Amino acid sequence: MPVSLASSKVIFDALKGCDVRLLSALPETWLVHLIRMADDDPELILVRLAKEEEGIGISAGAHFAGIKSAMLMQNHGFLASINGIVSFAHLYKIPLLMLISYRGSFGERDPWQTQGGNVTEALLHAMGIPYSFLDDTETVEKRIRQAQTLAESSLQPVALLLTRDLMWEE
Amino acid sequence: MLRLDCLQAVYSELENCLVVTIMGATAAELHSLGHRPNFFYLQHAMGLASSTGLGLALCLPDREIVVFDGDGSLLMNLGCLSTMARYRPRNLVHVVFDNESLLSVGGFPTATSTGTDLEGIARAAGIPRVLTVRTVEDFRTSVKDALEGAQLTTVVAKVEATGPAGYVTDLALVENRFQFRRYIQSLKRQ
Repeated sequence: MPVSLASSKVIFDALKGCDVRLLSALPETWLVHLIRMADDDPELILVRLAKEEEGIGISAGAHFAGIKSAMLMQNHGFLASINGIVSFAHLYKIPLLMLISYRGSFGERDPWQTQGGNVTEALLHAMGIPYSFLDDTETVEKRIRQAQTLAESSLQPVALLLTRDLMWEE
Repeated sequence: MLRLDCLQAVYSELENCLVVTIMGATAAELHSLGHRPNFFYLQHAMGLASSTGLGLALCLPDREIVVFDGDGSLLMNLGCLSTMARYRPRNLVHVVFDNESLLSVGGFPTATSTGTDLEGIARAAGIPRVLTVRTVEDFRTSVKDALEGAQLTTVVAKVEATGPAGYVTDLALVENRFQFRRYIQSLKRQ
């Protein structure tokens, strides 16, 4: 499977470097290495979800507990989480660090991913969620740290889109 | 059985717990008994009170967490039962007030009114201890046992579909949220 192990490791190390102690995740192809790393790390609480929206509640609980968390999801999982983001994270000013694999964008071969790719950024815009891209291992650490800093200072969800250039090797 | 009587029966047990409620009547009734800084009322985002309780329970294994859920909310997030069962935190008590109704939005009957069995679903999802109660005394005993025991428990409490006249309290949502987090952080410093 050409999911980049090296890039996944850079992302994982950056999250740990930001003191992320809880990760919620729902498996998708690009996230497999990240989820395995989290599972193997005794310092991290990994919560495997049935549906991504649960992660909003779990991250809110972690925030109340004073634990930094991050969410791993596909962009379709982001779509499935929208009410939770609006009616919990936005309504109650909960910081969220959302790492979203950006499927359905340039280079996508799976027809079923393409519609979600079309609307991901438009929805982030519409919801007023600040976002940036993880597209280069050189900038991953800094961007994750800056995204977390903004989420914590503004008390709102912040998104990082994991791109094909970073996550896929072929 | 009235939900308000159930809440009253366990109110004193909640003093040292972290409590998360769903929206509407459940939140308003607990608030009416006397707000405490360890109560968080999730006034929207139906389904996520249980997930919030799970997050708290996993991050604070030495604290008792109580979630007051409802049939309508739980039916919107049945997957949370499988997630809770997967990690089965011993410090989480999951109470579901089942009034067979979406009371807070007009009283439309939920699927529990036509036979959906939340106790059965919770048990089949893998929640280690599940029971249904129909009297206030049984409710009080079941919550107390769950708090004193060391097993993730779901208590389904069959209650009447009645509630207060209004649901808005003088506690702003964001005020409640900051107060709740600050309370938890103060516990850590003790």
